[in-house]
Amino acid sequence: MSLSRNQILGGVGILALVLLPFVYHSAYPLHILILILIWSFAYTSWSMMGRFGLVSLGHGGFMGVGAYVTALMWNHLGVSPWIGIPIAMVTAGVLALIVAYPCFRFRITGHYFALVTLALSGIVLQVITATRDWTGGSLGYTPERTKGSGLAALQFTDKETWYLIALAVWVVGLAIWHFVDRSMARYAMEAISEDEDASAAAGVNVTAEKLKITVLSAVMTALAGALYCQYQMFISPDTVSGIAVSLQMVFAVVVGGIYVSLGPTVGAIITILMAEGLRIGFGTKAVGWDNLVYGVLLVVFIIFLPKGILGSLLDLRRKPAAAKPAKAAA
Amino acid sequence: MLVVDKLVKRFGGFTAVNNVSFKVDQGEILGLIGPNGSGKSTIFNMLSGTLAPTAGLIQFEGRQIAGQAPHWIINRGIGRTFQIPRPFRRLSIFDNVALAGYYGQGGHSKTKAFDAAEKALAMVGLPTDREASVDGLGAAGLKKLELAKALATGPRLLLADESLGGLDEHEMDQAAEMLRRIRKELGITIIWVEHIMGVLMRVVDRVMVLDHGEKISEGLPSAVAHDPKVIEVYLGSDAGAVQAATGGGG
Repeated sequence: MSLSRNQILGGVGILALVLLPFVYHSAYPLHILILILIWSFAYTSWSMMGRFGLVSLGHGGFMGVGAYVTALMWNHLGVSPWIGIPIAMVTAGVLALIVAYPCFRFRITGHYFALVTLALSGIVLQVITATRDWTGGSLGYTPERTKGSGLAALQFTDKETWYLIALAVWVVGLAIWHFVDRSMARYAMEAISEDEDASAAAGVNVTAEKLKITVLSAVMTALAGALYCQYQMFISPDTVSGIAVSLQMVFAVVVGGIYVSLGPTVGAIITILMAEGLRIGFGTKAVGWDNLVYGVLLVVFIIFLPKGILGSLLDLRRKPAAAKPAKAAA
Repeated sequence: MLVVDKLVKRFGGFTAVNNVSFKVDQGEILGLIGPNGSGKSTIFNMLSGTLAPTAGLIQFEGRQIAGQAPHWIINRGIGRTFQIPRPFRRLSIFDNVALAGYYGQGGHSKTKAFDAAEKALAMVGLPTDREASVDGLGAAGLKKLELAKALATGPRLLLADESLGGLDEHEMDQAAEMLRRIRKELGITIIWVEHIMGVLMRVVDRVMVLDHGEKISEGLPSAVAHDPKVIEVYLGSDAGAVQAATGGGG
């Protein structure tokens, strides 16, 4: 089997990304890259269901579950993140089932589904804040530093290791995206997003298909939260859970491109660079400005570039190619 | 093959289907007619699982199916078309049918699904290339696609809902011929709901007439067309033409 041009480009790109930290050691850019990779993975996870019209505003909740369950199990029970992270992911999956099953069973779709999931974001944030004796509440929470092996505690002081971990997870996220894209589940989800009754008449178990993609998306998002926690070694309800985080996911994916695999990654690059730019450029004078800019840009994008930056660029590249045979025929 | 016993469907205080019983034999084409709002589509929706009956039994190949979910019923061998075609516009024509071929037959094998899709498309006379867009189809093409989707699920009983609405006379004849071929070549039993009486009467083995949710007549097309009750509620001024069609054609 010969490789396509895209496969070769992808391979070279990933190789370059793997080699990057060994050539380039500067800590701050590497830190930004790690954040971009972790958030790209979180956004990709959101887009797994978002691309099929299942707009969740509850993914901040799943991310919070991923981060807090992992950290709480480590601090209180001494459970290694290697076990804690899978438990956190399962917890998020179960939470997704509990919220999504009644929604799908009783046909809560569109705006109403978004509102139900919005409540989930709020609830997770409230639970973290209310159980402050355990979670540190709104002051945030820090997993205890280990004195022994960093591997068992999944704590590393060097950025290179974290960069490679984040890169691997990001690649796995893209692989899952492509796996779903090529599966029959994509056909089913596209059909469901258009017409649930007609999909059922084609034999699709509508509720089951929607649940599958929702649980997958929630579980992946929880992993992103856990990774963020292990890397930053500090989490607070505002940075890994809540409505603001959920909205940030929607915004980044819409800006990057909801229907293309690298769209969420492009969205992460833009949002994180913008937030950092504002922080460095204006310092404490610009606290909260990024949210304002997000809001304005979100409106602009939904109206003028609904396919996002990457989606629209790919369309531009495709159009001249697609126009040729039509001209030849005419 | 299909036994429907004392089927009832009420929406609040309104009884859409009242105590309707009938049987469909293996290999037959049963026509289901009646004026608008007589309960034809409601019966279809109960047979295909879209609506749960208020009371009554539906037995398909010896198994109770009343109140089961649509996807479960489709997977037991009952396919359906919709009165107004409902294509998935985000998928190509082929993918529309492949989807039905996959999920309508248990969702086990992609190869089998693609096979079923190719056969169903060839049967109804649509192109089998993978990319052709649904947007290129007219009214007749969309009806064909609807039929291909139902066929790809591998039904033993096909519920065809007013397949001919919106077609011209030539297209109607072709579509009627199609249903006859589906029965002959694929051995599929058919229940056909239709407004256009003349064509239906030429193709079906038996007709059942509904009015206000009740069965008012059932039998051979020629007999039903002469039933005074049927003439009164449904056929009206068209009676002569339909009688001529059933009498002459046979």
